[in-house]
Amino acid sequence: MSTDRRTFLGVAGLGALAIAGKASVDALASGPEAGKPKAGTRWAMVIDPLKCLKEEGCKACADACHKVHNVPLMANKKHEVKWIWKEPYERAFAAESEYTQEALKEKPVLVFCNHCANPPCVRVCPTQATWKREDGVVMMDWHRCIGCRYCVAACPYGSRSFNWVDPRPSLAEISPEYPTRTKGVVEKCTLCEERLAEGKLPACVEACEEKAILFGDLHDEASPVRARLRESFTIRRKPELGTEPEIYYVVGGKPDVHV
Amino acid sequence: MFMFEKAVVGSRRYWAWVFALLCVIGAGFVSYLYQLNVGLGVTGLSRDITWGFYIAQFTFFVGVAASAVMVVLPYYLHDYKAFGKLTILGEFLAISAVTMCMLFIFVDMGQPTRVLNVLLHPTPNSMMFWDMVSLSGYLFLNALISLVALSAERKAVAPPKWIKPFILLSIPWAVSIHTVTAFLYNGLPGRSFWLTAILAPRFLASAFAAGPALLILLCMIVRKVSSFDPGDEAIRKLSIIVTYAMLVNVFFVLMEVFTVFYSGIPEHVHHFQFLFAGLHGEAYLVPWMWTSMALAAVSIVLLVVPTFRNNLKILPVTCVMVFVSLWIDKGLGLIIGGFTPTPLGEVTRYTPTLPELLIVAAIWAIGFLMITVFYKIALAIREAMGYEIAH
Repeated sequence: MSTDRRTFLGVAGLGALAIAGKASVDALASGPEAGKPKAGTRWAMVIDPLKCLKEEGCKACADACHKVHNVPLMANKKHEVKWIWKEPYERAFAAESEYTQEALKEKPVLVFCNHCANPPCVRVCPTQATWKREDGVVMMDWHRCIGCRYCVAACPYGSRSFNWVDPRPSLAEISPEYPTRTKGVVEKCTLCEERLAEGKLPACVEACEEKAILFGDLHDEASPVRARLRESFTIRRKPELGTEPEIYYVVGGKPDVHV
Repeated sequence: MFMFEKAVVGSRRYWAWVFALLCVIGAGFVSYLYQLNVGLGVTGLSRDITWGFYIAQFTFFVGVAASAVMVVLPYYLHDYKAFGKLTILGEFLAISAVTMCMLFIFVDMGQPTRVLNVLLHPTPNSMMFWDMVSLSGYLFLNALISLVALSAERKAVAPPKWIKPFILLSIPWAVSIHTVTAFLYNGLPGRSFWLTAILAPRFLASAFAAGPALLILLCMIVRKVSSFDPGDEAIRKLSIIVTYAMLVNVFFVLMEVFTVFYSGIPEHVHHFQFLFAGLHGEAYLVPWMWTSMALAAVSIVLLVVPTFRNNLKILPVTCVMVFVSLWIDKGLGLIIGGFTPTPLGEVTRYTPTLPELLIVAAIWAIGFLMITVFYKIALAIREAMGYEIAH
């Protein structure tokens, strides 16, 4: 009897310890992992360039992104820092041609970090200051980055910026919710991981009135990105390099489709 | 450290030279403090051209460091006696060049105080990690070998047997430092200029021309300012090494040119166009690249024809040509040409700024200072031993 009781107490105690332990591990892990949605998620975006073109001078997405992430507007173009911007079609897709794209060659296409499934920037980083999360986000640790700029050399899309000087004096206003950066570190789009953690859409997606940017989980067949990928021809930037970008661009198609 | 007492006794000319170098180092140090304070924005680098003069100099001097193997190998593997007196000079050159490389990397860091993160979070999939391993290993090997060799020489005894495996290891290790340095560049999918398997062989060939060319010049200076003479035979043999390496280098370049232009893939062609003809109106490197080509062509004639090569009055001029030609090729063309045009096809001009140039000059001066002090020690020991005076 007493033995049973002791055994019971022991088991109960171990159980309690295990629960407490699990809780504290969870608490400790709640840093970067907290935003991780259900296992197996693979975030991706589908850009619809024709929808984006409806308002050609529009840069609502870039403004929203740069504002919430404290991305500075540098006076010197050489020191430019940008997370999301528009690039002429010809450059974005290395699609030089004298005739076929006559109407479109100079048209702006939205570009930013492709959050490659096989990112060269992550491969080359000597300190693991940039890494690939399971949900597909290519992350940056601005406290670990030594500023060697190897990742900038490795990125085939020109998506990374370096802080050549202190960026803070070039911020019109500071969003207190997001860290500012220091001189000497590399930065780029992080797919709004801080907003994903709260269940929000990325800032650029939310800011686009034309709904030209779709966001969702590639592994979820019902997600808006999968729906669009099912019904439209899409391309990715420089697929021949094997980087497997997670950002898709709709080719031609139906600019008025509603998803 | 022991033997350094030899470096603090010298003629007025020696001290004037050391003082001049220290002035250059001082100016560079002040410039570096400025860069540390403001950021790498004080350089001419930009979002499009993120590596420039610092990394280019680093790459060039890895080659100079590796070239020590060109005197070590014939002496130790083929028992080529004429290089016996030269090996220590080659090793000292290697030590100085590797130190310069490390400094060039260091001044290029955006957050230099965090540089030890590379050790704290070792990342074997990064070529930069392996570059650190190979460079520091090479520095260690050469420091150990030259220290042991020199102290044996001072005691007029043969070097201990246990040093031999280290010497043998230093031979493939020298090849590895420049191979890994090439791997830094040629594994990047978006940089077509570097994306070629010939890059590492080309690096080695140009290194084995530029390094021994510099060594010939150093030997000739040593011969002028001290009673030590490495000997005409050694110098002539070095000039043959320079000849073959230069020919192989040009051959490799031509192979690359054929592949790029015959395949006609625009991403590959554009870099060469930028360097040799100009692209999108930017042609600032064109005169440099053609100077490099012209110097290479003339130096090859002067090297291949025995009358010119064996003329020890012409040879130093030829060596300067080889060195300058390859320095332009690697120290300007390789990095700027690799970043231009950008992956998005843009052409941005890069001009090093004054602080940047002063920092580069200071690191060169540190290299020269190390060479001066090391050679001074080695020569003082040899003079004390009564070597070569009657040569």
